[in-house]
Amino acid sequence: MRVPLSWLTNFVNIKLSPEALAHKLTFAGLEVEDIEYVGLAPADRDIDGLPPQGRPKAKGLAWDREKIVVAQVLEVLPHPNADRLTLLRLDDGTGAEHTVLTGAPNLFAYKGTGPLPLPIKVAYAREGAVLIDGHKSGRELMTLKRAKIRGVESSSMACSEKELGISDDHEGVIVLDGDAPVGRPLADYMGDVVFTIALTPNMARNASVLGAAREIAALTRQRLKPPSYDVVARGPSIKGRLAIEIRRPDLNPRFSAMLINDVTIGPSPYWVQRRLRLAGMRPINNVVDATNYAMLELGEPLHAFDWDALVARAQGGRPTIITRLPEPGETLRTLDGVERKLDDFTILVSDRKGALSLGGVMGGAESEVSQGTRNVLLEAAAWDLYNIRRTVQSQRLQSEAAYRFSRGVHPAMAERGLRRGIELMRQWTGGTVARGVVDAYPKKARPVVVELSPSEVERVLGMKITSKEIIRILESLEFTCETKTSRQRPAASGQAILRVTVPDHRLDIGAGIIGQADLIEEIARIYGYERVPEVQMDDLLPPQRGNKDLDMEERVRDLLVDMGLQEVATYRLTSPEQQARLPEASAGPKAGDDAAYVRLANPIAPERSVMRRSILPGMLQVLAANARHQDRLALFEVGPVYLPRVGQALPDEPRRLAIALTGPREPMDWKGRDRTLMAFFDLKGVLEALEAALHLESAVAYQAAQEDVCLPGRASSLMLGEARLGWMGELHPDVRQAYDVLTEPAQAGQPVVVAELDLEVLLSAVGERHVVRPVPAFPPVKEDLAVVVDDAVPGASVQRLIQASGGDLLAEAALFDLYRGDQIGAGKKSLAFRLTYLAPDRTLTDAEVAKVRARIGKQLQQELGATLRTQGT
Amino acid sequence: MIDQLDTLEADALAGLEGVQHTAALETWRVAHLGRSSRLAGLLSELGRLPAEERPLAGQRGNLVKRTLEAAHAAKAEALRQAELQQGAAAGALDVSLPGRVRARGRLHPSTQTLRQIYAIWTEMGFQIYRSRDIETDEYNFGLLNIPAHHPARDMWDTFYTTTPNVIPRTHTSPGQIHAMRQFCPEPLRVILPGMCYRYEQITARSEIQFQQVEGLAVGRHVTMAELKGTCSDFARRLFGADVRTRFRPSYFPFTEPSAEMDVECFVCDSRGCPVCKYAGWLEILGCGMVHPVVLKNGGYDPRRFTGLAFGMGVQRITMLLHRIRDIRCFWANDVRFLEQF
Repeated sequence: MRVPLSWLTNFVNIKLSPEALAHKLTFAGLEVEDIEYVGLAPADRDIDGLPPQGRPKAKGLAWDREKIVVAQVLEVLPHPNADRLTLLRLDDGTGAEHTVLTGAPNLFAYKGTGPLPLPIKVAYAREGAVLIDGHKSGRELMTLKRAKIRGVESSSMACSEKELGISDDHEGVIVLDGDAPVGRPLADYMGDVVFTIALTPNMARNASVLGAAREIAALTRQRLKPPSYDVVARGPSIKGRLAIEIRRPDLNPRFSAMLINDVTIGPSPYWVQRRLRLAGMRPINNVVDATNYAMLELGEPLHAFDWDALVARAQGGRPTIITRLPEPGETLRTLDGVERKLDDFTILVSDRKGALSLGGVMGGAESEVSQGTRNVLLEAAAWDLYNIRRTVQSQRLQSEAAYRFSRGVHPAMAERGLRRGIELMRQWTGGTVARGVVDAYPKKARPVVVELSPSEVERVLGMKITSKEIIRILESLEFTCETKTSRQRPAASGQAILRVTVPDHRLDIGAGIIGQADLIEEIARIYGYERVPEVQMDDLLPPQRGNKDLDMEERVRDLLVDMGLQEVATYRLTSPEQQARLPEASAGPKAGDDAAYVRLANPIAPERSVMRRSILPGMLQVLAANARHQDRLALFEVGPVYLPRVGQALPDEPRRLAIALTGPREPMDWKGRDRTLMAFFDLKGVLEALEAALHLESAVAYQAAQEDVCLPGRASSLMLGEARLGWMGELHPDVRQAYDVLTEPAQAGQPVVVAELDLEVLLSAVGERHVVRPVPAFPPVKEDLAVVVDDAVPGASVQRLIQASGGDLLAEAALFDLYRGDQIGAGKKSLAFRLTYLAPDRTLTDAEVAKVRARIGKQLQQELGATLRTQGT
Repeated sequence: MIDQLDTLEADALAGLEGVQHTAALETWRVAHLGRSSRLAGLLSELGRLPAEERPLAGQRGNLVKRTLEAAHAAKAEALRQAELQQGAAAGALDVSLPGRVRARGRLHPSTQTLRQIYAIWTEMGFQIYRSRDIETDEYNFGLLNIPAHHPARDMWDTFYTTTPNVIPRTHTSPGQIHAMRQFCPEPLRVILPGMCYRYEQITARSEIQFQQVEGLAVGRHVTMAELKGTCSDFARRLFGADVRTRFRPSYFPFTEPSAEMDVECFVCDSRGCPVCKYAGWLEILGCGMVHPVVLKNGGYDPRRFTGLAFGMGVQRITMLLHRIRDIRCFWANDVRFLEQF
């Protein structure tokens, strides 16, 4: 909302600088986003104790009081050498006459007509004045210089609105109102400041100059001087000449109208046009301007109908205004020229012939006020704010009226708006107002009364504010307060209860305890948040439970970071196509499978249209992007996926862990480190280290599996007990192609290994705590054992068998070599283990070790057909 | 004999002077102290001396031997030191070369900021409570005092799903209702972190997903003074012990009174800079006293309980702390960005 300072001062005395005023408003919840100087000069020092920082930055153009003044044009003369230019004979109040060159089309009509009977008042800039360059787009400053144009010298000019920074209008020079005092500095005559205020949705009552003025009055302890609502009505009464029929009082609680006859359509006075422009609206003509002016001033939108058009539609009979919901299939052509299909909830203003306007949103084309309009019916109504908002959204149609009605305008405002609007119209058009108002008000707004005690205020704010202060604040905002003694609590407690009646310009104060909260906010706002003390919490500490779920998740992150992995976080919004490029069971459904995804109804882009079912695709995209400039990547992400379930509205959101590794094991450096490319067992090592750190060592079974994402023979599924924990493996070339991961021919030999784990399965297996084994007190016996088995025998089963047959005395069997070759024959492999024998209570003898070794050997031979050799170490 | 010993000693010591390395020293030792050295020869002849000369010559002989042995030891040590010195100089390292590169893992910057926020609030007794990303309209709006078609709904650009009344949450506030309903009538102090989603164009300043941390305390005497004190404490912990805060009235449907907390711009010390847009202050969090309707929807009697609530954006705070100009950096995950944390 844009509010000119000059307009505010009509209703409240303002002694503060614009900056200090803006600060006060901002700290009362009316955030001043911008202060624009239109003629007046901003102060560049500390103002009212307010340092330059912490106050909104000023911008705009100050009008030099010496060089820009009110002047009058005495005669418009033709330019000797140019048809499109004229020369103004002009009096600037100094006594001397000046000749000013102009091309302004709005003075052309006077060219060569001799001395003007009524001089034209203009904004006159002398040589050296700083103005905005009217010929350039945007707002570029220029200094007015002496120049010769087509043989006539000129050093001064009559200004357009653009040149003075009032608006972007450069169509002609400003023609000031006739009473403008010649010679007066223009800044003194009409210099202004415009505040741009961002209103929160609860501040609908302040979407008006009067609303802002009321806040200023309350904040600066000034008296509000509201405008007069008196109307000079001398025409024959409207009574009996118009009928109003409201069919849905819930959606349209009030509809009232007044009539003005014999208007002369024309431009509004210049000061009105200027104010409208400063407030962000375009002046149209004196009738439309009056409706807009009253709306900006009071916050009640008005609508003007061409009365004769209504009468014609009623075929000369009495017009009847009907507010109703549309007939099926009904359409309306609105003022913006759009033929609109109407929703079944759109409230219409119509007559017997059909729809006239979208109630509270926009007028219709047919009954619009035009140049030829003579008689005007002015409407002021009240509408249900929820319903207006639905219409605004459905029709994608915003208007100043809809902005206000969709935030709530009290029905009582209709009458004030109507009276103010019609009186301004009378003053500006010379029309005659018909006596009386046709007012249908079937759903009267009841006054809202809230009971509030100062102790309640203290309970919420944590500080005492006296009854007297509370009353002062509320009354400054036009609440009425009545003190009564509590029935429950006798006078002895000294606690008065206030009966607070809400003024009839606001709809935002509720009843009961909600109303109390609403009032407390008003009190705090005006009293000043900065005066509320800051204290530490002094309440009972709730039972402390911690969040094990989160702790475990964070532990997983820490462990992976410790292993040198980089955490990433990707979009949870993705596309089925991106997800389905992964032909894996965990990503599951294909692109077209609607039920498989949480799908957005209004995505911003196709590639962000569903919630992910798998983390991996996002991660592969990150990998692909980074691989263009990094040779080594070790990434992980922890986060939820979204799995819709039949029969439940909300999806499951289990957490997943994805890991991807590619490139050399160690970063490059001058010492020539391990540049072996990371592959399957590097990733498996990461997973095993993670499992070990969570004390799940050997709980996870890695089984050779066919995973579509992975190269055949280089994939494993991970089982944790009966549950599928996830899978891992080397990325399939087709998948690499699909995600554009390392697709250069030179990169073909560089494996990308990936894993995706169900974190819920993993973390649910983690025990509360783990038990520590004692440190061995007796020396171990170590020996190496080479086991030759068929290639098909999984290494893990050899290890398991050794472990199982070794019994308690075998502390560890660690694989340290794998060999295939001629020495052991084709189709065979040799696995070398280092065995550690240990007893907790004694030094083992050779005989004991030999016994265990023999048992292991026998088992290996029997179960796996292994041959073996031992080598002592 | 004694003269011979004297000469021998003088010769040997003189010879030692010229010894420059260990091998020469050994040759010297063999020559002067070895079994077939002149000294050994002389000493073996002692027995053949007349009895009266023998003690004196013996004494002298032993003294010469000890002298030479001591000189040898001293020379050996000197040579060892000299050789060490020499060797060290030859093998000296260029200490200016870089150390071996360690592959270091890092947490995503969002996680790092989240943990900072967690740490501060948990020390103040707030426990971390998480709730789901995909919510019902009722939890995201209705129960938070934002009925359908209420003008306040314009405050959130909402994504809708193809399932009616199911939306990706626009804020972490639904967690307020979940937490209250779970723990009522206990007093409550929780923070609610989580991903939120908004229907926005993706630009340097706006994202479709971002993380929030919301806080909620409900008790029998929770006040606005406590809200101010608690949020200011948080700001001082996060941004510096001296940082000043201010509270501006604002509007959220689920709190009343509502406020925005600004902190003094720590980039420019409030002198005005592009980060604070020359205001000298940075908007850090929204907060307020829990609206009675919300308390009631959570199961608490608003006549006996009050509550405070606050909420902040994790990415915004991270951007301020590290002067990140483009919010898109977070989900783009360029390693060159991530590695700076």
